[in-house]
Parts: sequence; C-alpha cells; structure tokens
Amino acid sequence: MSLTRVSYTLDSTLETVNEAEEKAGRMATEAGFDEEEIMKISMAVREAAVNAVLHGNAYDPNKKVTLAFERTPSDLVISIRDQGKGLDAGKIPDPLAPENLLKTSGRGIFLIRSFMDVVEIHPSQTGTELRMIKHVRSHADSKEAPQ
Amino acid sequence: MSMKSSTRQVDGVTIVDLSGRITLGEGSIILRDTVRDLLSKGQKKILLNLGDVNYIDSSGIGELVSAFTTAKNQGGELKLLNLTKKVHDLLQITKLYTVFDVKDDEAAAVKAFNK
Repeated sequence: MSLTRVSYTLDSTLETVNEAEEKAGRMATEAGFDEEEIMKISMAVREAAVNAVLHGNAYDPNKKVTLAFERTPSDLVISIRDQGKGLDAGKIPDPLAPENLLKTSGRGIFLIRSFMDVVEIHPSQTGTELRMIKHVRSHADSKEAPQ
Repeated sequence: MSMKSSTRQVDGVTIVDLSGRITLGEGSIILRDTVRDLLSKGQKKILLNLGDVNYIDSSGIGELVSAFTTAKNQGGELKLLNLTKKVHDLLQITKLYTVFDVKDDEAAAVKAFNK
C-alpha cells in the first residue's frame, strides 16, 4: 500500500468542525475501519476541531486550523493544529472526578483519548498540535481473529 | 442532519421528542432553549426522549448536564428516555449514566415523576 498524506487549511468557524468530522469519516472509511471505529475516529476529530476553533483560535478569522491525515501500512495518523496560545494539557481537569461530573464542558480531550489509540498534545507559543493515531493493524487483526 | 424538537403533555409530564444531532451549535441551542422555555412556563417535569438522537458530541453532553442541573435547581425533574446505543455508551464512559435518571419505557418513565 502506498503512503498517503493530505492536509487542509481551514477557517476558524463552526463549519470547519463539521467539515473536519466529515473528512475524518471518509478517511476512516477508506482505511477500512468498521462503522463503530469510523464513528469514534470522526468524533475524536470533531472534538479536536472544536478545541482548535473555539479554545485555540477563539473563532479569530485571521487564524487557521490545519488538519492533516496520513495513512501508513499500520496506522491512520491525524493531526490538528491551531494558532492559539498553546493548550496546557496539565491543567485539564479530570471530567470523571466526582466534583467535575456535572460540569458542562471539559470532556473533549477525554473523549479523544477514549476513542483513539495514541493521543499526543504538543503545545507551543504559536499554537497547539493534537496528534492522534488509530491502528489499522489492530482493527484488521481483530476481524481476522479465529472465532 | 440538524436537530428537531417537539413537545407533548402526558399526565402532567412534558415529553420532549428530540431527533437528529445534539452537537455544538444549533442542536445544543435548540435543546437549551426548549428546556429553558418549559421551565419558564412552570413545566418542571421534563422527559427528554432521545430515541431518534443518532449523534451527540461533548457539547451536547454538556447541554444535557446543563438541562438536568437547571431543572433540578428550579425544583424540577428531568429524566432521559430511549437512549440509542451511541448515546448510552457515551454516558457510560463519561460516568454520567448513573447521574441521569434513564428510562426505556415511556409509560413507566411518566409514572416515575414525583406527583
């Protein structure tokens, strides 16, 4: 299989969130994931796009979101970069802690980590890159496993 | 697909039939406005029928939590009905399944509200 990488530069709008989700769904489908995994991947990308548009770029029309997909023989690698102040991952409260259960926000990163195999957050002064990996191989292995 | 909302009354309980996606933007706003409108009219027994809600994101989850706490703070009750598997699974992993009062039978759910 040939390696493929595509990237998109998107505005800091709500439409970008929906667009990112749709593109992720298409990439996951082409990569051969099943329906449940496609839903998880597209939702993780949606949540990452929400973070980039709202919290990173704060809807600033002068700031862009970069979305990239890379297919390798074993992985679907997705990165989303914003141009915000840089997310401090250490300050994200645990949404499962009893005192946070009834908070109305703060579950995005948790859901991304729940749905993807590897999640890396790379903050810098020029923005945050969120890199997510879903293993294609583990999916294929599980389908081929003996009954 | 955006979200649609309609309400009906059954034995003093307002059932809100929701369909589509509860996500950041329109879906979350419709849910928020619907619940606030009901509470402002004194309709404080609210059953959210999520049977036709096929997708919800973290903003939608936050909106459900907000609806639940807003109703409770105003002396009301809000319960959830007919969760799809996707919504059920999301509430499970976010540990909210036990926070909400979740029902799968409409008649039993209506009876479960305090008289």
